Order: sequence, then structure tokens, then C-alpha cells
Amino acid sequence: MKLKQLESHLQMVVDTFDKPKISLEQYATTPHIAAHMLYNIDTMYNDIQGKLVCDLGCGCGVLSVGTAMLDASLIVGIDIDDDALMIARRNIEEFELENVQLIKANISDTEFFGGKIFDTVIMNPPFGTKDKGIDMIFLHRALKLASTSVYSLHKSSTRQHIKKKAAEWGAEMTVLAELRFNLENTYKFHKHKSVS
Amino acid sequence: MRLLTHNMLTSHVKGAESGYPLILEAAEVILRNVDFNPEFIKRMLSKVNWDVLYQTAKAIGHLNDIPEQLQPNVENDEEFLRKAHHVLLEVEVKEGHLICPTSKKKFQISNGIPNMLLGEESSS
Repeated sequence: MKLKQLESHLQMVVDTFDKPKISLEQYATTPHIAAHMLYNIDTMYNDIQGKLVCDLGCGCGVLSVGTAMLDASLIVGIDIDDDALMIARRNIEEFELENVQLIKANISDTEFFGGKIFDTVIMNPPFGTKDKGIDMIFLHRALKLASTSVYSLHKSSTRQHIKKKAAEWGAEMTVLAELRFNLENTYKFHKHKSVS
Repeated sequence: MRLLTHNMLTSHVKGAESGYPLILEAAEVILRNVDFNPEFIKRMLSKVNWDVLYQTAKAIGHLNDIPEQLQPNVENDEEFLRKAHHVLLEVEVKEGHLICPTSKKKFQISNGIPNMLLGEESSS
């Protein structure tokens, strides 16, 4: 699928939050950002097509829908909020996507998955402006779930902190893009291969 | 909820010694039509717990002829890979429950979405 096609698909049909919940820092990833981010992850890094992908805090499912369109074998979108999941489900049905799995769960909960089962994690987590540190909880969970890479959007003001934490967690961080609009940064985390 | 998802999920009830595998009770099952990707299925075979997959598929009546034991050299057996593909990705439990094997706590599956929240926590 071409980038323009992906972006226009995401623009046309995706419903977003009716009443965003401030406490959950709900805001939709714009179709423009989602399309560019996903297209690059797929074409440059080959981390979507034929992969098992997870979207932590999927919200109304913009990233999950785009990931499914780029032929992930299965994209698992996880969110705590019923209203968001209902919109996500509507979007998935609208596009007749068969390769999406939604789960209702709290990302900060203790493990509900056993180990590094996903190939890739792609997410737009809460920035942690309302709930301090939630961004780092998402990131930590993501790194525990992904066997290859984590792609995540963060505020540029947190870059140094994330870099330090990523190193502590044995991941390597690369800044892939600096974005304006409501989102500021996207990072790629590569798992360090363990050396024995 | 797909059986691949079930294979990965574990109960996280505090104090439960082992939350895996979750018991699956299916009230309604639908069949989806997912693109077959043999490379993906081969990769998943090394990740999934085959015994759990077999027992769960059997319990909900969608075994689709997959063998009880994973045979060697299945990588080139397209017929087998297609069967495994169907069981892993196309069988979806739309309504039902997941039950923690030790604490017996029930997690509801509604509209294909398992609710893994532990209790009172809610966003609204």
C-alpha cells in the first residue's frame, strides 16, 4: 500500500474520541502522523508486514487500524477504556479488518502476557503530563513485550530521561523523527542482543 | 479473542501461583478469514505452547484436525500450516470467559475483547 493511500484511508473513516478523558491523556494520533510513522516502520525497518505487533494504549485505534492495513499478521491493541475500545472496534469493522485483536487491560498492571512474545510494539502512549511517569511505565512494558523493536511517540523534553532509562533497561534508543503538531517525537528502541 | 491471543495471556491475580493457561469457556465462536502467511505461522510454532493450543481448541470444539503433538519437519507441510493458521488466527471467541486456573477468577470476553482488568479499576 502506498503512503498516500494509507493516509487517505486513515483520514476517511477513522472515528476518534467523542469525549477525550483528560486523566487518560486521550488524544488521537493524527492520520498524517500515523500514516507516515507506520509506512516508514514497514518499508524502512520491515517491522509490520507478517509480524505480531502490539499497540499499548491503542485508544480509538488509529495506529492499530493502520498497522492492520499494512498486513501485520496480527495487531493486538490494548486499552483500559471501554469508550475508546468501542470506537476502535467500530473502526476495525468499518474497514473490515480481520487481523486485529483488542484487549481491555491496565498497562500498569502486573504481567498479563508471558514474555517477549511480540515482534514489534508501536504506540502513542500518554505523555505523562497528567499521570507522572505513566509514559515510562508504558515504555518499560513495551520493551518487555517486544523481541525486536519498540516505536513510541514522546515529548522532546523527556528525551534525555528516556535515553538514560532505555540504557538501564538494555535497549538502544534512536530518534527517528521530530514532529510538530500535537506530538513531538518518535523513537525507535532496539533490543540489545544478549551476549553470553 | 483468537486462540493465539489466548496462548499468550496469563492471569495476574495476586497470590495466584500459576495463572497459565487460562481456562477458556466459549459461548459464541465466529470464524474469520485472515490472510495465510506460512512464514508467520512457522515462526509462531516456536513461540506458542502447542499443548495449550491443542487442548483449548479441542475444548471449544474447533480442533480443525491439528495433531495432539507437534510433528518434526512440519515447516514444509502446507496443509498442516494452513490448519494451524486457522486455529491460531481465524477461530475467534466472541463471547465467553477466561478463568484463572488457581484463583478461579473469571475474565469476561465480550465482542471478542477479553477484559483482563482485575476488579474495581475503571477509567470512568
